[in-house]
Amino acid sequence: MTDWTDPTQVTRASALEMADAMRAGTVTSVELVQAHLDRIAAVDGPVHAFLYVNAEEALATAAAVDADRATGAALPLLAGVPIAIKDVLVTKGMPTTAGSRILEGWLPPYDATVTAKVRAARMPILGKTNMDEFAMGSSTEHSGYGPTHNPWDLERIPGGSGGGSSASLAAWETPLAIGSDTGGSIRQPAAVTGTVGVKPTYGGVSRYGAIALASSLDQLGPCARTVADTAALHEVMGGHDVMDATSLDEPVPSCLEAARDGAANGLAGVRIGVVKELGGEGYQDGVKQRFEEGLDHLRALGAEIVEVSCPSFKYALAAYYLILPSEASSNLAKFDSVRFGLRVERDTIEKTMGATRAEGFGDEVKRRIILGTYALSAGYYDAYYGSAQKVRTLIQRDFAAAFEQADVLVSPTAPTTPFKIGERIDDPLAMYLNDVATIPANLAGIPGMSLPAGVAPEDGLPVGFQILAPAHEDARLYRIGAALEKALVAQWGGPLASLAPELEVAP
Amino acid sequence: MSTLSRADVARLAALARIDMSDSDLDRLSGQIAAIVDAVALVSEVAGQDVPATSHPIPMSNVHRADEVRPSLAPADALAAAPEAEDGRFRVPRILGEEA
Amino acid sequence: MTAATHLVGYDDAMKAFDPVFGIEVHVELNTKTKMFCGCENTFGNEPNTQVCPVCLGLPGSMPVTNEKAVESAIRLGLALGCSIRESSRFARKNYFYPDLAKDYQISQYDEPTSYEGELEVVLDDGTVVMIGIERAHMEEDAGKNTHVGGTGGIQGASHSLVDYNRGGVPLVEIVTKPIEGMGERTAEVARAYVATIRDIVRALGISDGRMEQGRLRADVNLSLRPKAADGEDQSAVPFGKRSETKNINSLRAVERSIHYEAGRQAALLLAGQPVVQETRHWHEDTSSTTPGRSKEEAEEYRYFPEPDLLPVEPSREWIEELRATLPEHPAKMRARLREEWGFSDLEMRDAVAADALTLIADTVAAGAAPQAARKWWMGELARTANEQDVTLPELPVTPAHIAELQRLVDEGKINDKLARQALEGVLAGEGSPAEVVASRGLEVVSDDSALEAAVDDALASQPEVLDKIREGKVQAAGAIVGAVMKATRGQADAGRVREIILARAGVEG
Ligand SMILES: [Mg+2]
Ligand SMILES: [Zn+2]
Repeated sequence: MTDWTDPTQVTRASALEMADAMRAGTVTSVELVQAHLDRIAAVDGPVHAFLYVNAEEALATAAAVDADRATGAALPLLAGVPIAIKDVLVTKGMPTTAGSRILEGWLPPYDATVTAKVRAARMPILGKTNMDEFAMGSSTEHSGYGPTHNPWDLERIPGGSGGGSSASLAAWETPLAIGSDTGGSIRQPAAVTGTVGVKPTYGGVSRYGAIALASSLDQLGPCARTVADTAALHEVMGGHDVMDATSLDEPVPSCLEAARDGAANGLAGVRIGVVKELGGEGYQDGVKQRFEEGLDHLRALGAEIVEVSCPSFKYALAAYYLILPSEASSNLAKFDSVRFGLRVERDTIEKTMGATRAEGFGDEVKRRIILGTYALSAGYYDAYYGSAQKVRTLIQRDFAAAFEQADVLVSPTAPTTPFKIGERIDDPLAMYLNDVATIPANLAGIPGMSLPAGVAPEDGLPVGFQILAPAHEDARLYRIGAALEKALVAQWGGPLASLAPELEVAP
Repeated sequence: MSTLSRADVARLAALARIDMSDSDLDRLSGQIAAIVDAVALVSEVAGQDVPATSHPIPMSNVHRADEVRPSLAPADALAAAPEAEDGRFRVPRILGEEA
Repeated sequence: MTAATHLVGYDDAMKAFDPVFGIEVHVELNTKTKMFCGCENTFGNEPNTQVCPVCLGLPGSMPVTNEKAVESAIRLGLALGCSIRESSRFARKNYFYPDLAKDYQISQYDEPTSYEGELEVVLDDGTVVMIGIERAHMEEDAGKNTHVGGTGGIQGASHSLVDYNRGGVPLVEIVTKPIEGMGERTAEVARAYVATIRDIVRALGISDGRMEQGRLRADVNLSLRPKAADGEDQSAVPFGKRSETKNINSLRAVERSIHYEAGRQAALLLAGQPVVQETRHWHEDTSSTTPGRSKEEAEEYRYFPEPDLLPVEPSREWIEELRATLPEHPAKMRARLREEWGFSDLEMRDAVAADALTLIADTVAAGAAPQAARKWWMGELARTANEQDVTLPELPVTPAHIAELQRLVDEGKINDKLARQALEGVLAGEGSPAEVVASRGLEVVSDDSALEAAVDDALASQPEVLDKIREGKVQAAGAIVGAVMKATRGQADAGRVREIILARAGVEG
């Protein structure tokens, strides 16, 4: 049992435990927020998960929630539970940079829909988390504000692009965080930090106010340390939005109920498909081992395991690195020094734009913009962009066929455990391989989850287990994920993050 | 599809309004060419008679009623402008022609 | 500049060459809000007061299509005889320019809503020309740059200022097919075509079509090619290189820009020099064009499907519903009304030019005779509008008022002079004509005893009039009528006064 008077223990509780404790009157939101702010002050120097800490406003929100609770007012489930927001979401009154120097100091005049939902849920926002610049990367090394470090080993990457969100969870700086996943930027960081992350069905969460990377791939999603916490946050974020034409006009899935069902009732009758193409060669031994053990747990829970094949997945990475740069090259055109952001002044606006973008964008952003500009240019469109869109159709067909045979599909989330910072920074193609298992879901628009599968025996670093479900069936992820998590936590004796070495605490 | 040359990269960078120094081109053009070569794999499906998918979840006719929503307060609209004058965004002189 | 220094005259150019032209018309729709956001779509406000994250292109913002704009675009497409695509979509046209907030324009590219139409254009002499329509697609307008320093133009400016109020205003761009074989009537046809588009958008009620405010703008493409030899097929001769003159904003300028460009291109060709394919700017002050961007750079737009928006797939039922709302073709409607009303060509043309057709039609529908309706709107009211510098429809008077006013005249309750006073009262907001007549006491005096007394008073001072009438000079009665009208401050029934005078002279009226 958590001792709610001990700030160290407070930050190790789950979000739902915090919510229960507040309802029971054993802890206040102000105490929770202060404990997390203290933790951030103590460890974020070396971790560098946060780009901005929103202490004053978070405490004010917390105090207001405490005051309302004292009157007996009805409050949303997660009211008073602190949260961190990836810097890709615009937040009125808080600087928003998307990890880019070109937006340094920008104060958005409006809130993203998800920001507004978090505020409406009365959740104190601890701050904005670090990310690869404009979400381009798998390691958070491409942030314009310096890399985030993995709390499991500060010399290693926390995944990307949402490395700030994943590291803040693993470092006990926040119980909940918001991420965005264009090709795996929620799931892969979750995998390498021993945390949980979900990419919902495309359109399940409004993108309005999320700084676009690739509009047809981007999806915001919940990040936490437990499946149930992730489910609860998913329900806060989800739902139709008239400001986003691609937003699904359907009810928010019952994620938390599904998670509770999975944990309580096991998986009898569930068919689980192992994707042949997402494993084997190129996957680290310890990753394969922990994945296999995960399958054993699922079998033990009553599930039937089948193998499925998705032959078009071999084109997924190539198609992704055409569609993403193409859309990104257009989405990032607006950073032109006219209405907001950096300006490097020259004597004409044309030269000013060129100089501003040269100075404001990092190398990875430049590489992808140029690649996208090429793929869309006359004469190459059909061969590149056109073919990539065909691959998308083929991948959707592969998924449709696979989901005929299985209720969900599974794979390792990433081929390896976290690598060392700097190791792949000059080898973009090697970097891109981190997302080989997560990208197909984005191309097809389907939901996916990563949850901890244990640590690899060879390096003691976290391994992620990916679950994919058909579009609109996000609840299945939570049912299966919660069942597997329960079995694994029982084996480990606590959440995986609690097995991480303790961070040194600044005095 | 052939490898992208350094000159190609320079031309594309100009089209994308990103100034590139010689050292930028030295550093980036080889990497970009390598990526182009890798993604050329998709051309294997170019000949296949498969429809293109541009939206992962097929939907259509999502419209907004013609109803006014409040605009930004003028101060908010201009607050982040690198430079403003007379309620307008100020930019250095325009070399090109009007579109 | 390599251009020949002197131009060839338009007529000579058209004798020497065969012109081919095409026109792109941009129509700003009069929806309440912009194309992709809820900002108000109104003209002439303080800069940057009608902007939001979407139309300012702020990071994170997303467009959502205005349903009314889609409806207007489909109705316009139908009025142009176009087919409506079962599934159309938006694309991004990428180019950097400070007035383009996102640095891409959302426009329809390979799948426009309306395509393959044909429009009947009636020239002044009644000649009918069929203009092929290639497509009519939806897009968003850009903001507005103001150039500071220098002469106010882009050249020599020290810096520019950007206002995004117009950014995101819904546009329909109508593109013709190449128009061939018009010879020396090219400029006239071009003008009549743009005028017809303007009339149609007004009749549809989807735009005010005001060219002087840029609500309707034309880009004119023109090329010249050698004339086919006798007996040869002109259409077998390949097109020449074309120029595209941008942003023409008056009907007169449509005509004059073609005159200028034809002369310029002919001079080049006759001097053995090439015509460069390029965009050109029209200068109203000098009636000439100057070169703009070269085409090679301009065409690298990197179009691709707009991922933030979904296909537009209007149902057949909706399209048929919209088709049922289409107005009559303006030229046909004019011909029909001219016939029905018995107006002369000149009367009709003046009424059209004054934007009075609908007002006259509504006045006729309210019971007035067509000529009477015309006289009010084109006479007294046109004068008033002119004095107040407003358009006829903006005057605070309705066709029903005018019909009522005329009915009072026809019934003899008031005469023309009193009617003008009554109208003055209506314009001053004093109420309907009948109310003004009552409140101002404008009724004609038709009480015989009062009139007889007034006649006798007048005759007393001019007794010679009765003799003149008896001698057959009946027109002499006019002097007495005038005197009586003066005495009654215009409220006498002039016809009745005349009868009394004639009776006094013993002459039958
Ligand atoms: Mg256009
Ligand atoms: Zn707006």
